[in-house]
Amino acid sequence: MDSFWSVLFSTDFAFSVLRVTTPILFAALGALISNKAGIVNIGMEGTMLVGALTGVIVSAYTGSAWIGLLGAVMSGITLSAILAYFTLKIKTHIILGGIAINMFASGGTVFILYLVSGDKGTSTSLQSKVLPNLHIPLLQDIPLIGPILSGHNVLTYVSLLAVAGVYYMLKRTPLGLQIRSVGENPQAAQSVGISVGKIQFIALLLSGFFAALGGAFMSMGYLSLFSRDMTAGRGWIAIAAEALGGGSTIGTFLASLIFGATNAMANALQILKIPSELIATFPYVATVVGLLVYAIVESKRKKRKKGI
Amino acid sequence: MLKYFDVIRTLVSVAIALVIAFLIIAMISDQPLETISIFLLGPISTTAQIGNVVEMSIPLMFTGLSVVLLFRSGMFNLGAEGLFFISGLVAAIIAIYASMSGFIHPVAAILAGSMVGALLSVIPGIMKAKWNADVLVTSLMFNSILSGIGLYILNYHLRDAAAFSNVSFKFQETARLANLIPGTRIHTGLILVLLCIVATHYFMYHTRWGYELRMTGSNRAFAEFSGIKTARVIITVHLIAGFLAGMGGAVEVLGMYSRFQWSSLPGYGLDGALVALLAKNNPLSVVGAALFLAYIRIGADQMSIMSDVPAELVSIIQAIIILLISAEQFLKMWKNRQLLKEAEKLG
Repeated sequence: MDSFWSVLFSTDFAFSVLRVTTPILFAALGALISNKAGIVNIGMEGTMLVGALTGVIVSAYTGSAWIGLLGAVMSGITLSAILAYFTLKIKTHIILGGIAINMFASGGTVFILYLVSGDKGTSTSLQSKVLPNLHIPLLQDIPLIGPILSGHNVLTYVSLLAVAGVYYMLKRTPLGLQIRSVGENPQAAQSVGISVGKIQFIALLLSGFFAALGGAFMSMGYLSLFSRDMTAGRGWIAIAAEALGGGSTIGTFLASLIFGATNAMANALQILKIPSELIATFPYVATVVGLLVYAIVESKRKKRKKGI
Repeated sequence: MLKYFDVIRTLVSVAIALVIAFLIIAMISDQPLETISIFLLGPISTTAQIGNVVEMSIPLMFTGLSVVLLFRSGMFNLGAEGLFFISGLVAAIIAIYASMSGFIHPVAAILAGSMVGALLSVIPGIMKAKWNADVLVTSLMFNSILSGIGLYILNYHLRDAAAFSNVSFKFQETARLANLIPGTRIHTGLILVLLCIVATHYFMYHTRWGYELRMTGSNRAFAEFSGIKTARVIITVHLIAGFLAGMGGAVEVLGMYSRFQWSSLPGYGLDGALVALLAKNNPLSVVGAALFLAYIRIGADQMSIMSDVPAELVSIIQAIIILLISAEQFLKMWKNRQLLKEAEKLG
């Protein structure tokens, strides 16, 4: 048991939590924005995967990691625009639309990878670039905190800034207000002149933007190549994190950290022969329990209201 | 014409998806015509290939039928994925450890898998029926939880160290499903799933229970108002859907494998949603939808073996089909014109 705690309370572990959380956090913020606008985008996993592949291909052909990142983001936005067009304009069911995005991505990325590199497994033959790690002066010299917070990939810092950005956007900007009002009551929003379709379109594009950032981190930061199905369920974890976070930005951030920590724990504890498969299920169980408690409280509240 | 609007829309969607697939093949293949003919005719070129199509359609029919019930009752539940996996594992445990005679053994294993599927499926069902908890999210969580538990059982308790990969011990011969057609691997699971489909069709359209299910699906508040106990309907639907998905997992494991060897969720649950969509939530149409899906997959496999186009093309076809078929507005203009024409005829 001593080694268990020594693994969990090491700076290495804290560092890896932030690293593992990054892609989950990005996608969870994306899921949060579209959910706030009243649309459930379950295509996060697929959007991440497409972003990861596009980043690798574009950076390999242009020789620039930053242009690769731009390509990844554009691909995510494009994919979400297609989803938005189908769901908002010609009324494809949003859940089925999300399933379509995921199906397209899981096979389509392998298809494109094969056409570009001649390999169905990984992109090792492509000379793709990696986004830089940042060593923050001053901060990195502080004992304990320095080794945890400094030296991360640039996208990890972007993801933390994005939490503040999304919080501000949802709470303090006109767009945020419109997104929330469309999500809470579309008819009411419509009646005060908000274009529901337009706001939902923007929200979906933003969710694709963030999912693609998470994907780009996977292939240009976390690893330095693309491999098939490399997101390995992180898009679904992000949806869980958003649900566990109760639909608030801070909650989503904390829930993403919890999922990141259990993932990092599962990695770290494999060495100690503690079954990682079971540890990995804890946050999902927590999400189900959280949803259950929330649902019971809500339905009691509604019943009380009816009683009056 | 109007009566067949849904059928026409489905066919047009499939046709558009196939045309796009042919265009992609034409762009990347050196011998496009040959490649397309392998894709289209490969699955019916030999008895063994036809057998492959039918084998692959069996699990798709099970999960498709399960999802049809859920969608029809208005439940957006994607949990068939995890139930299929865990029930396959339960059946595998019985196939490995219990000793019974030839006929009883698979029956016991399939029943155990189905029961576990039903019991696990009913949890999100109760949460939805009683407290209105979002069934989509809970069912997705259950997929991840069941996959974790299943892999733990496989890796720590069933794993055969003598085999050189992550697979379970061998099943006892008594537990395997009997072969139905020599020269193929089609097993008795086919009969079972067809029986389930006919039974579901009967219950859905010829019993009070089926009527209540359909009413709940089209408008829960209205159904409740007209005296239907919708909570009970939702719980029952979840029990049956879980039972069917679980049976599918058990049948697939006992019919196709001699060891349990899924190292991740096998994907049949989400495929079930695609089958349900193609079948327009109609139990009998599940047969055709599952066969079609199996057909293009075997065709794509053949194509990737014998030509220069990878099999993953099929997932692009599937995505286009889903987007178009479930699009309410797609071809609506055409439908409206037809409506006008008929109205003019009458007037």
